[in-house]
Amino acid sequence: MSLAYLAYKNMVSKPLNLLMSLLLLSLSVSLVTFVLQLSQQLGGQLSKNIAPFDMVVGAKGSPLQLVLSSVLHVDNPTGNIKLKDVVPLQKHPFVQHAIPVSYGDNYKGFRILGTGKEYITLYNAQIAKGILNKVSFEVVAGSRVANQLGLRVGDSFISSHGLAASGTDVHDEHPFLITGILKPTGSVVDQLLITNLESIWEAHDHSDEDPNEQSHKKNTAESGESVGEELHVEKEITSLLVKFKSPLGMIQLPRAINQNTNMQAALPGFEVQRLMSLLGSGVQTINGIAVAILLVSALSIFISLLKTIRERKQELALLRVYGLRTGQLFGLALFEGLFLAFIGFVLGWLLGRFAIWAVSQYTQVSYGYGLQVNGPEIMEFFILGLILLLATIATILASRSIFKLNVAKTLSDA
Amino acid sequence: MVTTSNLSYAYRNEEALDFPDISLSAGNHVLVLGPSGVGKTTLLYLMAGLLPPLGGKVSIAGTELNSLSRKQMDSFRGEHIGIIFQQYQFITSLSVSENLRLRQSFPRNANDAQRRNELMKRLGLWEHLQKKVSTLSQGQQQRLSIALGLIHKPKIIFADEPTSNLDDSNCEKVLELLKEEANICGSSLLIITHDQRLLPHFQNQILL
Repeated sequence: MSLAYLAYKNMVSKPLNLLMSLLLLSLSVSLVTFVLQLSQQLGGQLSKNIAPFDMVVGAKGSPLQLVLSSVLHVDNPTGNIKLKDVVPLQKHPFVQHAIPVSYGDNYKGFRILGTGKEYITLYNAQIAKGILNKVSFEVVAGSRVANQLGLRVGDSFISSHGLAASGTDVHDEHPFLITGILKPTGSVVDQLLITNLESIWEAHDHSDEDPNEQSHKKNTAESGESVGEELHVEKEITSLLVKFKSPLGMIQLPRAINQNTNMQAALPGFEVQRLMSLLGSGVQTINGIAVAILLVSALSIFISLLKTIRERKQELALLRVYGLRTGQLFGLALFEGLFLAFIGFVLGWLLGRFAIWAVSQYTQVSYGYGLQVNGPEIMEFFILGLILLLATIATILASRSIFKLNVAKTLSDA
Repeated sequence: MVTTSNLSYAYRNEEALDFPDISLSAGNHVLVLGPSGVGKTTLLYLMAGLLPPLGGKVSIAGTELNSLSRKQMDSFRGEHIGIIFQQYQFITSLSVSENLRLRQSFPRNANDAQRRNELMKRLGLWEHLQKKVSTLSQGQQQRLSIALGLIHKPKIIFADEPTSNLDDSNCEKVLELLKEEANICGSSLLIITHDQRLLPHFQNQILL
């Protein structure tokens, strides 16, 4: 019979002794691994999504909001800007490409984005089925949209106004036709319905197909919908996504735009960094809490082992009679401590991954961003190592009485 | 097999205990009889190498215990010495069978299932092999305790008051069992007791 088996038997024979230590340990492990995964995946996704663009130009407002809405597609836009205002930018020598985007409609909660063909190219998205959209009201669907809504090439749908799925104001006179479906990219493209800019303008322009156009105009002029009517008077976009050719652009253009125009320029890299540093302090706080719990759990392993060793003093003395050396008794305690640490780690790790999965279910629905349940990572092996080390120290401290065990006296006290 | 000479021991702040010399040849039985408080159990621990003597020597099967290192003493005890305790001692988290297997496992990693089964059949515990020790009756626990003292075929079996809690008929049964099993193992048997009822059963007697 091996010492490991005996240690295991000892451990499971008194499960309540261990429950507290296990609970604390797995709680701290799940916190650390969860936060680690969350910040890693969030950072990874954000930087992947902002990679194609150095600058966003949009209506004045919060720069973070502009980046969130125009690049990451999670927030509402700050407003619209006039297409003619950004034309000089598109031709600027520092600019490699400047892609206008315009949106304001959705289909079942997925955003319909009006933009140029370059948009898809910049995210390295490729057609999986069908062909790219060519004329107005043709759409290519991101892989997740197609998957979730069961869309196929040749399907058509009617968009609703606004960015929320609940919109009752449908543009039923302009159905969209799906001409293609994109391969998964792991970026924001997966959750977009991409069409050309003209579709967005025309969807909000009621003049060509509405037979009662004149009366409609009169009615809406007074009821405050005149903003929508202005769209086709002067073409508007939501924002312009810019990639610089030269780093000089980064230095000169944002300042020039912010000072000299009624638009604002936001730098996605900078805004995301700001966002991450905001999150970072939250991450640090949670990590601090997790470390505190970890130390408490090490303490609880120590107390649990100390208690076990005291309760089993008699049996330990008996084992000495059976021929076990002091070192082997220590080995027995060490096995128990390490078992505990290992099981606690595994439970905590599973719990952490389960939390990632659960959060992912929520963010998928609310923001269209999912998280992946990844296998163990190198950093997590370090955490395991740290926990085993703590458990070893706790065992050594708790085992002092093993080395001082007076076999004869203990047996006589029985 | 077992010889002691001039053994003595002193507990802290107490007068030294001097023990008479004992000499027991291989396969023989001896009874050490004495009233409570004369250090019978102390003598047993001295002979089993669990206590270092104040003076004198113990040698078992030609090995002098004083000459062994701590580690060597642990191995030697595990292999050659069996102890049957007055208060039964088990590992409570293990089953009957596992307790026996554990006793076989040190210092050599033996796992003699046949020996376990035969012994348990003779002691009437065979059908209880998989039970937890704590579910056994008092009598069953006593028989298991005897089994744990000799499952590993030690050269010498020390039994500490094996009969003190038993009525006359059980006393004789247990005594017969002990002698019989010791003979089957070829072990020497040394019983330490204050129980006068055992006197007629032993030719070798040492009075403390």
